[in-house]
Amino acid sequence: MKIFVCVKHVPDTAANIKVVGENGFDETVKFVMNPYDEYAVEEAVRIVQEQGGEVVAVSVGKPNAINTVRSALAVGANRGILVKTDTQFLDSTTTALALKAAIEQDGAPELIFTGKQSVDSEGMQTHYRLAAKMGLPVATDVVAFSMENNKAVVECEMGGGDREVIEMAMPCVVGATKGLNEPRYPKLPDILKAKKKPLVEMDLADLGVAASPVSAAMTSLTQVKERGAATMMKGSVQEMVEDLVNRLENDVKVL
Amino acid sequence: MSNIGVLIEMDGQEIKASNHGVLTVACTGGNVVALVFTEDGEAIKSDLERFGAGKIVTMSATSPVQKASLMAAAVKEYDLGVLMGVSSSQGRDLLTRCACILDAPIALDAMHVNLSDGTVVKSHFSGKTTADIKLTGDILLIGLRPNVIEATENPVSAEMISFTAETGSSDAFKVLELKKGGGGAIDLSEAEIIITGGRPMDSAENFKLLHACAEVLPGAVGASRAAVDAGFAPHSIQVGQTGKTVSPKLYIGCGLSGSVQHFAGMKTSRVIVGINTDKDAPIFGKCDYGIVGDLFDVVPVLTDVLKARKG
Ligand SMILES: Cc1cc2nc3c(=O)[nH]c(=O)nc-3n(C[C@H](O)[C@H](O)[C@H](O)COP(=O)(O)OP(=O)(O)OC[C@H]3O[C@@H](n4cnc5c(N)ncnc54)[C@H](O)[C@@H]3O)c2cc1C
Ligand SMILES: Nc1ncnc2c1ncn2[C@@H]1O[C@H](COP(=O)(O)O)[C@@H](O)[C@H]1O
Repeated sequence: MKIFVCVKHVPDTAANIKVVGENGFDETVKFVMNPYDEYAVEEAVRIVQEQGGEVVAVSVGKPNAINTVRSALAVGANRGILVKTDTQFLDSTTTALALKAAIEQDGAPELIFTGKQSVDSEGMQTHYRLAAKMGLPVATDVVAFSMENNKAVVECEMGGGDREVIEMAMPCVVGATKGLNEPRYPKLPDILKAKKKPLVEMDLADLGVAASPVSAAMTSLTQVKERGAATMMKGSVQEMVEDLVNRLENDVKVL
Repeated sequence: MSNIGVLIEMDGQEIKASNHGVLTVACTGGNVVALVFTEDGEAIKSDLERFGAGKIVTMSATSPVQKASLMAAAVKEYDLGVLMGVSSSQGRDLLTRCACILDAPIALDAMHVNLSDGTVVKSHFSGKTTADIKLTGDILLIGLRPNVIEATENPVSAEMISFTAETGSSDAFKVLELKKGGGGAIDLSEAEIIITGGRPMDSAENFKLLHACAEVLPGAVGASRAAVDAGFAPHSIQVGQTGKTVSPKLYIGCGLSGSVQHFAGMKTSRVIVGINTDKDAPIFGKCDYGIVGDLFDVVPVLTDVLKARKG
């Protein structure tokens, strides 16, 4: 079984984001594999460990994104592909076209895993675009996965705790989220071994991908101000609660 | 004036309240065309008229793939320049599938929309920044975060149309079953008031305390990741970075330290209240009202005071 996993190199969620210029940010912060993509890699690696085959990790990003491809190799992916660009915020249609070209150049996929969303641009759509461009079915927010007779059965988290059970013909695109599995931590020997695993790099232009005409362009970033210190209630529990309810009802009118 | 489509999300036979904010925004851009998957358009007609839908297009389909292709056909049929909807889990899925069919740009989880120039404001970096996104194309799709726009009425009278189109077969994608989870619980991302419990809740049993309070508010119950990972609450009610993103009118955090990842999911709430035993807890540095106290003492009193107020 040949499985591709799409992994994005993103700033750590604990990192402080400092806006630079109109729509840039201080990129010297720590970067990691997009947290949702960890579930995608883990699921692919488990399948291949059980059934044989190979996992190919693909990333589109700046040259440093090679570190995220290596992280995927360190937790069990067999090979890596990095498509290099010069921006962290590539249009998701263009990203999908780049992923498609890189995947098809490598060989026919039997399954493609992605995360449900990247935590930097929060686009929530690259996997849909990839699937549409490749003519494959897609499901997102997947918390359970199984396969039988060349069909994938997934459970997708809906609002309010409901789950939709969906059957898709393979190959298909699966957007993973928390709950799908417990991603393993890489062990030191695996990190070292990962350095020897095959990893090819190419430029977006090498793939013949032109920037897509329809687009969602990020024109400006603005730091969100934290609220200041809270107004503290005083007195006994009863007094504090009464004061609070009174303010919620009359000052800010949310009750 | 261009035509602005709004995908209406149903809750049984009624339309969800979160549609009203979307309709309100749509009215600023042109003639509003409501797209609804329902068998009984008459039942929701007056509600949609009250919020400005001059045309109500009813459609019928079951699978998300078929629904999206009907939506795409309706966009063409009714010459829609924009298609908007609630950025709920269902809304996101349908709007994104439709955007892919139309090869059109989409911005999801928008917090502010300007229809005259096709720009939206949405979160980037888990709520640490907002980003202005400029959408370019013949058709623009937008999913609006629930509760961020105050609904206002724009009464009109509506023309009812039933629409159908060829959707093709969808053997490659089949919905087998819907597994009910919370037993009719309010979808957290659409709740107007949320009361959340953190690590000190200490057991699933103790969450009943929050449910009792939520019932009088009325609102929904959320949990921090620490509480979810400890098994006190299901992941479906986790708020934050790896859980739900919510923007209620009122967010009451009980026993939350105020972590960056938790705040990523709720900092756009209109009013945030913190209840914590530690007067130096970080949450008190970034919320609106604070109570220093044991949640097991404070929450029951809060429930009682709210009850008394309702009479
Ligand atoms: C990649 C990543 C993603 C994450 N995603 C999420 C996410 O989606 N959601 C999320 O919530 N977290 C997330 N986290 C975890 C987050 O960093 C925190 O660990 C977590 O939010 C802490 O939960 P808490 O506030 O309930 O617990 P704690 O941090 O342990 O805080 C408990 C607080 O309760 C107070 N307290 C104790 N007893 C009482 C009492 N009886 N009454 C009142 N107050 C009391 C204490 O003073 C303390 O301040 C994520 C972390 C990472 C690294
Ligand atoms: N530049 C990228 N390189 C590889 N995979 C990506 C990239 N951007 C997005 N993806 C994948 O698509 C998913 C959804 O991303 P997004 O649409 O940006 O929220 C992510 O979880 C990744 O798996």
